[in-house]
Amino acid sequence: MDRFKTHRNDVLLIAALLILAGALALFLRLGRHDGGTVSVSVDGETVAELPLDRDASLPIEAEGGNNLLVIEDGAARMESADCPDRLCVKMGSIRYAGESIVCLPHRVVVTVEEGPDGGFDAAAR
Amino acid sequence: MRASKIARYGLLVALALALSYAESLIPSPGVPGVKLGLPNLVVVFALYRLGTVDAWAISLIRVGLVFLLFGSGAGLAYSLAGAVLSLAVMCLLKQSGKFSETGVSVAGGVAHNAGQIIVAVFLLETTRLAWYLPVLCLSGTVAGVLIGVVSALLVKRVPEFKS
Repeated sequence: MDRFKTHRNDVLLIAALLILAGALALFLRLGRHDGGTVSVSVDGETVAELPLDRDASLPIEAEGGNNLLVIEDGAARMESADCPDRLCVKMGSIRYAGESIVCLPHRVVVTVEEGPDGGFDAAAR
Repeated sequence: MRASKIARYGLLVALALALSYAESLIPSPGVPGVKLGLPNLVVVFALYRLGTVDAWAISLIRVGLVFLLFGSGAGLAYSLAGAVLSLAVMCLLKQSGKFSETGVSVAGGVAHNAGQIIVAVFLLETTRLAWYLPVLCLSGTVAGVLIGVVSALLVKRVPEFKS
């Protein structure tokens, strides 16, 4: 296989992956709708469910450490965490169904769940 | 011959380890898993200049050492899945002979991120991580291009090892 062909294949591969990323993003974006509640799980077990439309703050105690979840203006975010990388805090806020914040070291997952008007009907609309 | 091989492994593993550490100093942009993959420079180099077995040895020893030095249990599962899937895909593409170092490294970068998402789905017991797929596909591609271009230069320019 000559150099021109391998380089052309490289470009095709890169283009295919970029299109895949774009298609995935578009698919997820079109399918999104506002969430109703936020569910918090530690180690795969749900420990709390909170409505998104009411401001609240929830301290989460996990094996590895603590996180503070804040719900404000219909969006949830990690206000603080005592893990070393604090990635979950940097991940910002979430408001659409299916979005999540993950804290890997503490194995905490915060996920926005379907609202009462969401689910199948909203997807079919 | 044996001693020279050990010395060569030692050199490349040390380099990969130093690059892992250097990468940990770069601040993360806020999405877990988005990174350059600097140690992959060494792995791609080893894959082209030494061979498949050598690339596997160097990659796996690096993962083990990173775990012993700075790691946690969950961290090991993530880095192992990323390293194994990435190198497996890179070996396949290299063997096909249809891609240059850049294409091989791009596929490796995306496969690395895919491996980590798969482990995250199992460890966190949630399938809701789909939101990360587009970002990690994009970041794996971009990082793969950068690492691939530099690796290709290294493969071409670094003088032959004397053994």
